[in-house]
Amino acid sequence: MPAYRELLEQVRAEISEVDARRARELVDSGDPVILDVREQDEWDEGHIPGALHIPRGHLESRIERTAPDSARQVLVYCSAGNRSVFAAKTLEELGYEDVVSLAGGFTDWKRNGFPVDLHTGLEPPQRARYSRHLLIPEVGEQGQLKLLDSKILLIGAGGLGSPASLYLAAAGVGRIGIVDADVVDESNLQRQIVHSTERLGEAKVDSARRTIEALNPDVQVVSYKERLTSENVERILADGWDVIVDGADNFPTRYLVNDASVWHGVPVVHGSIYRFEGQVTVFKPGEGPCYRCLFPTPPPPELAPSCAEGGVLGVLPGVIGSLQASEALKLALGIGEPLIGRLMLFDALAAEFTEVKLRRDPECPVCGEHPTITDYIDYVEFCAGTRETA
Amino acid sequence: MTKVRIPPTLREQTGGQRELTAVGDTVQELLDDLMSRFPALEQQLPFANVYVEGEDVRTLDGFETEVRPGSTVILLPAMAGGS
Repeated sequence: MPAYRELLEQVRAEISEVDARRARELVDSGDPVILDVREQDEWDEGHIPGALHIPRGHLESRIERTAPDSARQVLVYCSAGNRSVFAAKTLEELGYEDVVSLAGGFTDWKRNGFPVDLHTGLEPPQRARYSRHLLIPEVGEQGQLKLLDSKILLIGAGGLGSPASLYLAAAGVGRIGIVDADVVDESNLQRQIVHSTERLGEAKVDSARRTIEALNPDVQVVSYKERLTSENVERILADGWDVIVDGADNFPTRYLVNDASVWHGVPVVHGSIYRFEGQVTVFKPGEGPCYRCLFPTPPPPELAPSCAEGGVLGVLPGVIGSLQASEALKLALGIGEPLIGRLMLFDALAAEFTEVKLRRDPECPVCGEHPTITDYIDYVEFCAGTRETA
Repeated sequence: MTKVRIPPTLREQTGGQRELTAVGDTVQELLDDLMSRFPALEQQLPFANVYVEGEDVRTLDGFETEVRPGSTVILLPAMAGGS
């Protein structure tokens, strides 16, 4: 049985190596997959810009997800250029056709004064907290950093806003804004799970903030203890949001959110609920229809469906609000097929999802070719006599 | 006879049923049939979108869009509830 040194030299003879100068050319060309096989702590202290990271021990199990194209060249490196020799051999055995190992490793790369990415990424506690995200190729460390850097505005901390805010906070969305003027009422607690019995009478934005901060200290909560109106919508939007999650409970707010979304180019994840049924869609300006393409104007107040008096199965906003959170995370990450141009209907009694297509209306008064609405409209309150809980 | 899905917000006008059967060869005829049986719908229907096979009839032939007995027809008015 060969000793380590003999084995290393034997394998080294079977693979291809490049020196740091040649590696630099390859890195600059952007052609190869650059693969760092060192341990996490070594990676955290700096790595070659653009490199992907798979610790040597996980190489076989993770490489196919990380670098699915086995015909593409792989430049593999470690600290001194020894572990990468074995890694290169393994990659060849796995069918990678063109693998080169960086002789002298990252140490030699640094000695040459070549660029080093010192971005350390996630802190160790974050690595533990978000480990289930890090395992998903579509999210991973880069995606998690994106979430931590994203800003999502929730309209309403009620039925839909409760699950949405909890899941967005748990997922590590870095900044969550909440607009709600209401206080926690006993009748809310059958479904509004971000609040609790001890918070009765407390402002919903404060109650939600306490729950979110207890769940995830990475999240910064921005509270707007006010109802969204034409007077404050510009100020709130000016705080710079990547996605709006609309869980309002009235038409005036829905239309304000829509018009602001179109004018600011911010996508809206729309959800609504009634009794056993709910709807979800994504209105993304420039890519799909807006709410006014669907419903150009609100119905007259006397015909507006009843709000608070209609009732809702407590878990329904859990389903719809969670779908909204899922769509918001996809938008923030830039992955998957968001519900743009598709309205998903959920019927809890039938346990059935149905989908209808939504199309842009070229005649839309806000996002159409010749807009006729260019300023915010304060529609009259629809649910007279009911509590305003936007 | 075509089945028409009634949204929850219009069921008080239709005796609480989730789905109704209506007669007609076009969307207009179906709606006329429903309105003759449930007159309270008349005020609401102008504010509802109609989908045939998942497509908004405004992108098809409007109320003249043809329907067949097996067609899937959905009425969908705006719904604002979120709290």
